[in-house]
Parts: sequence; structure tokens; C-alpha cells
Amino acid sequence: MTRPPLLRLEGETLAWDGAAVLSGVSLSLARGERLVLLGRSGSGKSTLLNAIRLGLEAQHPAPRLALVPQDPGLVPQLSVFHNVWMGRLDDHSALHGLRVLLHPPAAARAQADGPIARVGLNGFARRRVGSLSGGQKQRTALARALLRGGDALIADEPVSAVDPRQSGDLLEALRDRFETMVLALHDPARALAIGTRIIGLGAGRILFDRPARELSLQEIHALYEA
Amino acid sequence: MPAPRRWGAWRVLAGFGLATVGALALADLDLTRPDPWLTLRGIGAGLLSPDFGDPAGLAYAAALTVAFAVCGVFAGALAGFVLSFGYGLRAIRGLCICVRSVHELFWALLLLGVTGLGPLTGVLAITLPYAGIFAKVFAEYLAEADPAASRALPRRTPPLSRLLWSRLPLALPELGAYTLYRLECGLRSSAVLGFVGLPTLGYLLETDFRQAHYGAAAASLAVYLALILPIRHWMRLHLAPFWLTASVWVLARHPAPPMGDGALLRFLGDAVPAPIRAGDWAGLLPWLGRMLGEQALPGTIATLVLSQVALALAALVAVTGFPLIVGRVTGRAGALAGHAALVLARSIPDYMLAFLILQVTGPSMIPAILALGLHNGAIIAHLMGRQGDALVARLRPDAPHGLRLAAWELLPRLSGNFFALCLYRWEIIVRDSAILGLLGIATLGFYVDAAVQELRTDRAVLLLVVSALLTLGIDTLSGRIRARMRLSAPGMRKAEPEAAEAA
Repeated sequence: MTRPPLLRLEGETLAWDGAAVLSGVSLSLARGERLVLLGRSGSGKSTLLNAIRLGLEAQHPAPRLALVPQDPGLVPQLSVFHNVWMGRLDDHSALHGLRVLLHPPAAARAQADGPIARVGLNGFARRRVGSLSGGQKQRTALARALLRGGDALIADEPVSAVDPRQSGDLLEALRDRFETMVLALHDPARALAIGTRIIGLGAGRILFDRPARELSLQEIHALYEA
Repeated sequence: MPAPRRWGAWRVLAGFGLATVGALALADLDLTRPDPWLTLRGIGAGLLSPDFGDPAGLAYAAALTVAFAVCGVFAGALAGFVLSFGYGLRAIRGLCICVRSVHELFWALLLLGVTGLGPLTGVLAITLPYAGIFAKVFAEYLAEADPAASRALPRRTPPLSRLLWSRLPLALPELGAYTLYRLECGLRSSAVLGFVGLPTLGYLLETDFRQAHYGAAAASLAVYLALILPIRHWMRLHLAPFWLTASVWVLARHPAPPMGDGALLRFLGDAVPAPIRAGDWAGLLPWLGRMLGEQALPGTIATLVLSQVALALAALVAVTGFPLIVGRVTGRAGALAGHAALVLARSIPDYMLAFLILQVTGPSMIPAILALGLHNGAIIAHLMGRQGDALVARLRPDAPHGLRLAAWELLPRLSGNFFALCLYRWEIIVRDSAILGLLGIATLGFYVDAAVQELRTDRAVLLLVVSALLTLGIDTLSGRIRARMRLSAPGMRKAEPEAAEAA
């Protein structure tokens, strides 16, 4: 039995800041897929990611999305716990949100403990995000997505600032939490390890869109040459 | 539709220059005091030997000065903070514009009739206009907070949560810094409230001066400067609870005058134009015509004349004053001396400065022109000098020193800021020109004061409305000129004293 795709784009032209970045974009995204976008910087990964997010948000009912934007959008004045708990801000009334903001109840802290530990920030929950390193900030943004959960994750270079040895583990944490993922990555080996499908971008269009198991590292490396 | 042509700097300068020549022709510049040297000698002797004969009185006036400022500014910040969330609503924005377009001293004059010569009048006179200012600035800071955090929030987050969790914490440090800056302004306002009778340091200064006790007056001035010059060291946000508690304690013990029942209602009744109160609706138009023709119009003209000459002087002071504090122009010792001069000129409120000069020169527009020009010019010079100092670090290694650096490298680069700052201070100079009427110059404040003295609240309110409209008109005109000159208006607040000094 095949389920209908979550999203389908056909022959679309995608623009960024009024200028066309990608043309003739056709793709579909099915539930359970882990789609990885590859390409040189400026090839349109973020633009395509944005279009996929907007397409998903426009549906009725809209699937629950978790986001890890390239600018992680953390609030440096607040603690790691607060930034992580923000992932569920829409599940609660403004009044309850205010209560957690001023004096987090133990239950709220307990909810965030799991994701915070999973990204390796044990013991950092009460630290101000402004005092963290770049890698730790990115982990905070990942924990926020993990706590939020949902039907799909959309992440733009989610492990670009962490130690390469740990990036694989963090991507696995995301894979265990989200059935469907759309990721922009810059590391071809990680892309092959995590993705079920790879889209290669270049020259203002989609160069290839193939299952990960059919692709070799050499074919991917060609994206970054010439 | 083609965009209107950009106005060049020369064109704007020429326009303001012509206006200044016209204003100079109309201005009353007589030196009436027969022998200013006698007074000057007395003041000089007083300054050299200040008389601290009444330490308890000085200390209490200083405590009240701080208490009015702290309570007034924090209450204004709180009210402004709440109002800032609704600043997008036309009604709230209009209310804020109204309360902040009336000067603290005018508020105090009006409130004297409602709350009397007590602590509440002093606090409210600062709180009301400051609430309007805080609401505007806080709303802008909140709107300018980094939108990335808000974008990263889930889409259906309640709007209030969105504000409290992302924009507010991001803007909070700036809100705190701005509040600290306003405390300094509040201290100036509080001292000046003494001139309408509230027992702050300004009150001591005025009474001693009028009785030619120059030594005692110099002592009050010294205490005031000892408070305001190091304010950054003793007024810090984490000490706010302490200062607030102490201030409330001081004010709670200060006697409040008995105002009788229904003072507010009586005041509101009196604010209704006299012909309407008498049921004589037909008399309203002649009343309005008489008020506008005999008081509002001459007051407005005098206000504009005074402010125009003062603006020209402020621009002159700014251009000649800013190089003083740039080390590469005047050297290390010179820059220090320059800083001292500018700090002094901007720490003494223009109202107090005008009062001091008035004692020497006698009544004419001269004291007001000098005070407004020096005070506002020093503020602009201070900001330009700081920007100039920052520029020096990025200049080519073989850039000249001294005056040539100021004239060839700094002034051309800072000319945009110069125009923006002058145009921004223009509105403030006009507002303060109206206020200086309380000292006897025939600007709008003079007529307001007379109406209040005669207990004609309706006239005072009408004149205050005219004064507020005048300020708003200048603000609009200044905004138009800035837009035509393509001076970046939105970022201007960052170039104002608050941000530059609080940073």
C-alpha cells in the first residue's frame, strides 16, 4: 500500500530576495523519507528548504513541523532550558508560558531534561545561552527540535558547528525522533549515512534526485567540482 | 511617479541661515542690566567660596531631587512598558504623543492646582511625559529585536508568548540601558522642578540667587553637580530596588498639602473655556479669537524667533566643539579639558543655565539663546566627538593631525550626523524655548505662567495645546527635511544621547 506523498512540487521556480535561484523544481516528499539536499554554498539549498517548509505549512491540516534554521534563532539572554522548552510554546496557553518563563515548574524542567541530555548538554540547563560556544548553541537548537517532535523535521546545516566526530551521533538522535526529515548538509559521507534520498543542486536547478543507496561518494563529489 | 529630488546640505543650510537672519532682526537682544560686572563679581566670589552653612537643608533637597527623579522615572518606565505593547493602536499612540508633548515644568504648573505643592506633583510631572517617551522608545526596541528567534518559534505560538519569550528578552538589555539614561534626564528635570516651587536643589539655587546669597547658591550647584556628574557610578540597575525603596521612603515622609475634596473635579471644571462654563456659547469664538490673537500668536512667534537663533548657536557650538574631545585633534590633555567643558554644559539643564545667565545680563532673549545654544550644542558636539573618535581609528595611517584632521577628514564624514542631530534637537529646542517663558521672556511659557497665576486654567490648557501642536509641527517638519536630505531617520534614535551614552 502506498500512502499519498506529504508534498509535491512541480516545475516551480524558486526565488530568493526577488531573484530566481532555482528553476524547474519538481520533487515529492513521502512520509518516512529522509531527504538530504547537497550542493555548493549559494546553490539554493536554503531556498529549496524554505519552499518545502512553506508547502507543508500551507496544507490542511498542516503537519507538525520542527525547525532548525541556519540562524538557530536562540534568545541569548535566556537559559538553555528556556530555549529548549520554546519548542513547545504553541502547545500551551500564553499564561502557562508566562509561568514557565518566570519560574519553571519541576515537570517542565523534567520534560526538557531528556533532549538536553541527548545532545550532550547535561548540566547546562540553567546556563545562559549567550555564554555558550557556537557548537553548544547549535546543540541547544537541536534539543529544541527534539523536544518539539512532530511529523517532520526541517533542518538547515544542523550540525555545521559541532565536532565532526559527534555530528553523526546527533544526526542519529534526530533520525530516531523524526519519521520524516529534510536536511541541508555539506558533508557527503554524513548525507549517505543518514539520508534515504539525496538531491544534488547546482547551476540553478536540481542535478540529480536519487535514492542514497544508488549513489557513490564520487558522484556526489562531482557536485563540488568545476 | 519620480522620487522627489534629494536636498543638498547647502540648500538646507541656506534656508536655516535665512531664517536665522530674520529671527535675529526680530529678537530682543538688549543688554538691559546697567552694570553686569557687579553681579558677575558677586557670583564669582560666591563660586570661589561656596557657603555650605546649612548642610541638613542641602542634604534634604538633594534627597528630594533624587527621590522625585527615581520615583518619576521608574513609574514612567513601568507605565511606558505596559503602553508599549499597545503602541500599534492609534488611540494609545495618540495618548502617548499628547502626554510627552507637554514639558515636565508645564505638567508641574498644571498639577499644582490638583495635587498641590507636594510629592505627588513632582513625581507625576516626570512620570506623565516620560511614560509617553518610554512607550515610544520601548515599542521601537521591541520591534527592532532580532526576528530570527521569533521565526524559529512554532507557527501557532500565542502572540503574547511570542513577545514574552523572544522579543522581550532580546530587547531587555536595551530597555535597561535606556531607563538608566532616562534617570539622568530625570535628575535634571527634578532639579528644574525646583523653579516652580518644589523643594529640590533648583529651589534652593533659585531662592539663594534671587537674594544674592551667591555662596549658598554655589553650594547647591556644587551638590547638584556632585550628584549628576558621577551618576553612572551610583545609579546602576542592580541598585534600583535600593534607590526606589529609599526614594519612596523619603517622599512618603514629606508633607503633602491638604487639597480639599474634589480638587481634580474642580480643576477639570476650570479647564472648560470660560464662555462655555457661563453657558454663553456665542462668546466662545470671540474668546478663542482673543486668546489666539493676543497670547498664542505672539507667544508662538517669540518661541520660534528664540528657538531659531538658539538652533543656529547650537549648530555653531557643535561644529566648533566636537573636535575638542577628539584626541588626535587637541591632544590628550586638550581632549580631557574638552570633555570637562562639554560635560558641564550638558549636565546643567538649559533652564537652570538660562536662569544663571539672566541674573547677569538682565531680561532679554540673550540668556535663553545662550543657554539653549550652549546646552544643546554641547550635546551634539559630545555625540559627534565620540563618533569622530571612533572614525580616527579607521583612518589611513598618514592622515593629518589637529585642525586639519577635524576640517578635512572628520567634519565631511560626520556632516550627515551633524544635520540629523541638529534637526532632531530642533524640536527639543522649540519645546524648551516655550518653557523658558517662565523666566519672563515672552514665549508661550510666559502666557501659560500668567494664566496659571491668575487661576485661569482654561487659558493655560488652551496655550499648552498650542505649544504641543507647535512642537508636533516642528517634529513633522524636521522629519520631512531629514527624509528629503535622505538622512537615515529610523536609526537616528541610536545616535541620540541615550544609546550612545548608555552603551
